[in-house]
Amino acid sequence: MWKKFVLVSIIIILGLAVGLFVFKTEPKLNKNFETQNSFFKKFPFRLGLDLSGGSHLIYKADVSAVPSGEVSSSMNALRDVIERRINLFGVSEPVVQVQHGGLISGGGEQLIVDLPGITDIKKAVEMIGQTPVLEFKIEAPKDVAQAVTVDENGVANLSVSSPYVATELTGRYLKKATLEFDQNTREPSVNLQFDDTGTKLFAQITKDNIGKTVAIYLDGSPVSVPTVREEIPNGQAVISGNFTPDEAKLLVGRLNSGALPVPITLLSTQTIGATLGENAVNAGVKAAIIGFLLVALFLILWYRLPGFIAVVALSFYTAILLAIFKLLPVTLTAAGIGGFIISLGMAVDANVLIFERMKEEIKNGHNINDGIHAGFSRAWTSVRDSNTSSIITSIILFWLGTPLIKGFALTFGLGVLVSMLSAITISRIFLFALGIKKNNAFTQFLFGSGFSSAKNVKINQ
Amino acid sequence: MVVISVLFIGVFGLKLGIEFKGGALTEITYKNSRPIQTELEPLLKPLGFGSLLLQPTGELGYIIKSRDLDNAEHALLLKTLSLGENTATEVSFNSIGPSVGSELARKSIFSIIFVVIAIIIFITFAFRKVSQPVKSWKYGVITVITLLHDIIIPAGIFAFISHYTGAEVETLFVLALLTILGLSVHDKIVVFDRIRENLRAGTKQTFAETVGRSTSQTIVRSINITLTIIFVLVPLYLFGPATTKDFALILTIGLFFGIYSSLFFASPLLVLVEEWQKKKK
Repeated sequence: MWKKFVLVSIIIILGLAVGLFVFKTEPKLNKNFETQNSFFKKFPFRLGLDLSGGSHLIYKADVSAVPSGEVSSSMNALRDVIERRINLFGVSEPVVQVQHGGLISGGGEQLIVDLPGITDIKKAVEMIGQTPVLEFKIEAPKDVAQAVTVDENGVANLSVSSPYVATELTGRYLKKATLEFDQNTREPSVNLQFDDTGTKLFAQITKDNIGKTVAIYLDGSPVSVPTVREEIPNGQAVISGNFTPDEAKLLVGRLNSGALPVPITLLSTQTIGATLGENAVNAGVKAAIIGFLLVALFLILWYRLPGFIAVVALSFYTAILLAIFKLLPVTLTAAGIGGFIISLGMAVDANVLIFERMKEEIKNGHNINDGIHAGFSRAWTSVRDSNTSSIITSIILFWLGTPLIKGFALTFGLGVLVSMLSAITISRIFLFALGIKKNNAFTQFLFGSGFSSAKNVKINQ
Repeated sequence: MVVISVLFIGVFGLKLGIEFKGGALTEITYKNSRPIQTELEPLLKPLGFGSLLLQPTGELGYIIKSRDLDNAEHALLLKTLSLGENTATEVSFNSIGPSVGSELARKSIFSIIFVVIAIIIFITFAFRKVSQPVKSWKYGVITVITLLHDIIIPAGIFAFISHYTGAEVETLFVLALLTILGLSVHDKIVVFDRIRENLRAGTKQTFAETVGRSTSQTIVRSINITLTIIFVLVPLYLFGPATTKDFALILTIGLFFGIYSSLFFASPLLVLVEEWQKKKK
């Protein structure tokens, strides 16, 4: 008896602690959330795009030019480049995923980009598509034909097709770019370091053009036209255009994020306004609370004492699962919340199965204590089998499904798994701990259900 | 019911949403007042975005369905919709290329097929010790036959409803069917589990009697659990987010028929198989 009491107390304390954790880490439930311990701020629910608002973009990557063995690595390189570009713009928690084509998914290689909080899709697409084109050009030979035209006002225009011609050296051979400030003038400049090929090319260009100018073009226009004084063999160049510090910083970021290893085209876009998402969350939470209360009411009215214990166990189960969602963290989408609600249904199902069995065993002549034992052990096989099939289903869906179905499968599978460990175990421990040995009208009423109490009825079979 | 449902699907067809066939869905709200539909239609027609469908939503908004739009077309659409002072603000925009759509459809179909196969294998395994008088893989096959029944009926009813309301098949619809699958397998396993237990207990009853007794022993549980889940679904339908309304509705219909089929369809089938086997011998 003593042991049971301690065990029950521990479970209640743990359950309340988990509940408190969930409560404390929710900004909406705490008025002075901002002033709280930073520990609690670390674990908000991570909401999916459909609930928090944001953009969801799917790009198709053209890997036809990539040898089949290197598709995977070039896709990863692509992901890294895109990730760097997005990070430059300060999007919080962007998700960039590679989706490989296959027999089941079809479709080919794709890149999925989730940008929470960015609802201006035009801006989002631009920020991903921006590739800075860095070119080094040398002076065109002087004898290139120059056209002189005279317009109707008699003004002569000297049109030089282009004073500079392109070289092989481009941003492709850039190893890294850094931002530096001039010691004296405090003017920002961008330092470039080329890779091996780039260094050789740059050395060649500078060697051939001593005394002449070399133009550095960015996105098609010259930003800096320095004069070469000597050969530069170490592959370092400086762009000292008239940058503001911010411009220079942005340029460095863009140069470092590099060019895309494979060309991409936009396949589909989706934006969800923040208000729409918030409404969906509020409506979902409201529906879940009302649903939970209805179920609790039903369980208590129909199953009485065991029903009440089941409600306590279910509350703990909900708290544990929500805490897991926060800790892992699981990204919650509308579909994910659907999965969670269904798993709650499954947890109730397990309890109902057990109680029905308990009642039956008591009717068949067991006393209440034995009836509880028999109820749990006999209902266990069907609880085990039905939940196993649910877990198998959720694994398959998680493995094959589209992102939306994956979200559903994850919360559903986790929910079923946790319910096996918590909802069922907790109600079992509590019921045993009550240690009801007596078998009178009152206890029979408590363990009865519906309109009948759990009497020992001799059945005729 | 199954025949009627198949007829519904055949006659009305299941309208695929843009998620599966590609297209764009733009939701906007107006700042001051919602212009009437006939005012907007002539403005949108010259844009050449295919057959446009305007649906009023909320008090100030419209949902515009069109073919998939690229960035420039999207901007043009928004600009066209704004009427001077009465500006249109975008609530959500969703454009899906046809290839992504067919990919989603493919994945959905594959996932349902794989789930069904896995269920047969699992039930065969779980009931491997009860191969008398009916082999355990037959339990699996019977489950799947009844599952088809459970899925086809809600799909048929959905086809019927969508004919009148214009609801379209979305991923959530697939999700609802998958959930029905899961819950309905639970039901069948509970009944079969009881049959398994009663068979092991080795009474002198015939197989048909054992099945009948097992079914009646689990009937309260089956009804109660359906009730509980419906208790969750009704608030989801009434108060839940707009996106999950259809989901809750299909699920409720599916659950009802799921219970019905476990009690009055799966068990009699099992008896039928047993009797059929006897005759063969």
